[in-house]
Amino acid sequence: MKRVLTLAALVLAAGFSTTAASAQTAKAPNPALVDAYMKSTFGKAPPEWQARIEPDETLKTCNAYHNEVPSAEAEKITAREMARVVYPADGKFLGNWKEGAKIANNGRGGQFSDPPDTVSGGNCYACHQMEQKEVSYGTLGPSLTNYGKDRKYDPQEIKNAFTKVYDSQAVFACSNMPRFGVNKVLSEQQIKDIVAFLFDPESPVNK
Amino acid sequence: MRKTVIRSAAAAILVLCAGSFGSHAQDASEKEIERYREMISDPMSNPGYLAVDRGEALWGEARGTKNVSLETCNLGLGAGKLEGAFAQLPRYFADADKVMDLEQRLLWCMQNIQGLDTKDVIARRFSGPGRASDMEDLVAYIANKSNGMKIDIPLSHPKEQEMVAVGEALFYRRGGVNDFSCATCHADEGKRIRLQGLPNFSKPGKPAQETMGGWPTYRVSQGALRTMQHRLWDCFRQQRWPVPEYGSDVITALTSFLQKQAAAGELNVPSIKR
Ligand code: HEC
Ligand code: HEC
Repeated sequence: MKRVLTLAALVLAAGFSTTAASAQTAKAPNPALVDAYMKSTFGKAPPEWQARIEPDETLKTCNAYHNEVPSAEAEKITAREMARVVYPADGKFLGNWKEGAKIANNGRGGQFSDPPDTVSGGNCYACHQMEQKEVSYGTLGPSLTNYGKDRKYDPQEIKNAFTKVYDSQAVFACSNMPRFGVNKVLSEQQIKDIVAFLFDPESPVNK
Repeated sequence: MRKTVIRSAAAAILVLCAGSFGSHAQDASEKEIERYREMISDPMSNPGYLAVDRGEALWGEARGTKNVSLETCNLGLGAGKLEGAFAQLPRYFADADKVMDLEQRLLWCMQNIQGLDTKDVIARRFSGPGRASDMEDLVAYIANKSNGMKIDIPLSHPKEQEMVAVGEALFYRRGGVNDFSCATCHADEGKRIRLQGLPNFSKPGKPAQETMGGWPTYRVSQGALRTMQHRLWDCFRQQRWPVPEYGSDVITALTSFLQKQAAAGELNVPSIKR
């Protein structure tokens, strides 16, 4: 497996050399025109599905800048999103890491092929390495191995992680990471379990 | 004869593909990968060529209220001219006053030339067990007639320019419960989701060329020939967006944008993919 991956990485590296990703210039088409296209393709979807693809203020900005927002806009976004984070009333951020491990591995939910009563997972492994022994992980986000240990299980870092998972854009404007709490993909309890998976000293993430 | 050869080749690919995701990956020697490459362009071992044959028959079959074939359908290069047509699609068609991809254009020709009620054809847009798809077969046949040619969509008409510009905007448009856009998964080099490699389409170049040069494709995991309509339907599913309408403008806009990024890529289809 490793060999195949290394080979693929080499081929990719050779193909792309060092060209920097050029920032896109904003010559965006008229939003009303784009909406007309959207309507022709998704106009027959049920109203609750159409509501999901209606961009909020934050996504409108991210879309306009292709996610590369200037710092003034970025500050507006993080401030707006920070105000949306609902912290646990009991002040506790850590749940059950074993439940968190399952949530991190579960990529189901939210797809039109899912049965409507599907409980959504966090799908963290799609983008992050977490516990060492799970080799099927994506690389869209940074590795989170030893996440709690590296942060010395610091209470402030634990709170930050809750914030990050609840609303990634409260921390980093136009992050590619979903806003799990704000979009109601994960419940408060599920987020606590995930945070425990990152921060419990017994969690395999820290082994 | 041909069928059995194809079947055993397909089985070999299945083993190869399963292997690269299981514990036997180390056994997937370079030799096997080379063999797989050869199969792609060998009509005797690529099951996608069965779709090409079926598509050829469909192209010439008289159907609809007018009981005529599709042979006078103009795919952009003149009535009935197939060589190179796919390499230049989507494009603007004056008779429809619309930019269309191959599938939209075929539906237009079925309705307007054959007088065919396309409801049933659309219901069978994606094949399944025991259910053939006219669209998949026709696309396989027609796209195959552009093999060896370079992707080069016309961009002189204002509506063609609009398609690409809207396609680019849509590529970056985020939404759904995960705030995903195409760019979330396809705008960086060398990334993967779980173990699947993700081509970068955010700029012109090799990943776009190699991808678009390989569709339509025979998908071993699905045991079916698939077109770009199906690929984007599946990506919208992963994006947690609603079901996209078949043959509609968002798909054509994204396809136009991808084709532009893939300009000068060489077609070799139907290919074989996981
Ligand atoms: C679609 C990909 C994606 C998914 C799914 C995803 N993340 Fe992320 N995540 C990212 C990216 C990209 C970053 C880096 C940019 C940023 O900080 O927002 C990130 C950053 C993070 C960070 C901050 C890392 C640091 O630098 O300190 C944490 C913690 C995190 N993710 C946890 C999670 C958890 C837990 C889940 C599952 C519930 C998850 N992520 C799901 C893409 C993703
Ligand atoms: C959540 C991640 C995700 C999103 C969002 C996504 N895709 Fe994909 N895409 C994938 C995966 C996974 C594959 C399959 C790669 C493979 O087979 O190795 C893929 C494959 C493709 C391919 C075919 C690649 C090939 O080599 O044949 C195209 C074209 C494509 N995507 C376009 C898009 C477009 C356009 C969008 C936006 C509508 C989109 N994708 C959104 C994950 C995604």
